[in-house]
Amino acid sequence: MNYLFAFLTGGALCAIGQLLIDKTKLTPARILVAYVAAGVVFSGLGLYQPLVDLAGAGATVPLTGFGHVLADGVREAVAEEGLFGVLTGGFTATAGGIAAAVFFSFIAAVIFKPKDKSE
Amino acid sequence: MSVTVNDYAELVKERSPKSAVWKNCVSAYIWGGGICLFGEFIANLIIRFFKIEKKEALGFASIALIFIAIALTGLNVFDSIAKKAKAGTLVPITGFANSMASPALEFRSEGFVAGLGAKIFVIAGPVIVYGLSASVLYGLIIYIFKLF
Repeated sequence: MNYLFAFLTGGALCAIGQLLIDKTKLTPARILVAYVAAGVVFSGLGLYQPLVDLAGAGATVPLTGFGHVLADGVREAVAEEGLFGVLTGGFTATAGGIAAAVFFSFIAAVIFKPKDKSE
Repeated sequence: MSVTVNDYAELVKERSPKSAVWKNCVSAYIWGGGICLFGEFIANLIIRFFKIEKKEALGFASIALIFIAIALTGLNVFDSIAKKAKAGTLVPITGFANSMASPALEFRSEGFVAGLGAKIFVIAGPVIVYGLSASVLYGLIIYIFKLF
């Protein structure tokens, strides 16, 4: 059942993104920014955690999930550390994903050859 | 019944974009849904083998997807999948990972610092700027509300 909701929710979030690309002037880069920011807002309003409980990876894998982790991290850090947590919470919670993306990209750029542009 | 060139042009204009949009959305839904389903599968595997909380397992699943997306970018496979999948590979964390790996590879020839190091953030940078800023704003709001 979890798998079904993961598929349906994740698919729906992607289809909305595609609709925004086709129907508005939003570029892919803007879609990424908009999704992360929207994730922070929806999480802040308490609307995103129920979706995570229902759909699991269907809610955390799309970039709105990245925004949710940012907001969730801030919420926890403010509860534990107060004002300092306002600044540390978001980056702390997302550090693993960002570091992984930076490090793997660096390694990939070192070991792989770039695409031949003449193709 | 005769159809003039203008009628035909109008007919094409009426029909084609709509069906293209519809098709794109279906591809995005299936590919994006499939990637999330795969993420859920990885998370469940991790829970079974390492006995950790679902929340952490989902984090690891995202990192696994980041790894796969970057490996596929390096192997020049990601773009051909993305062409079919449309937003189905863009909206999931795979799109974020590709947005870093792709310029890192492409601009390595311009140097490790000014090329790879700087261009890696050409799309991920804005995502982090606005995502992190939104989270700090949100943190300030809850901090101020807690004071009263």
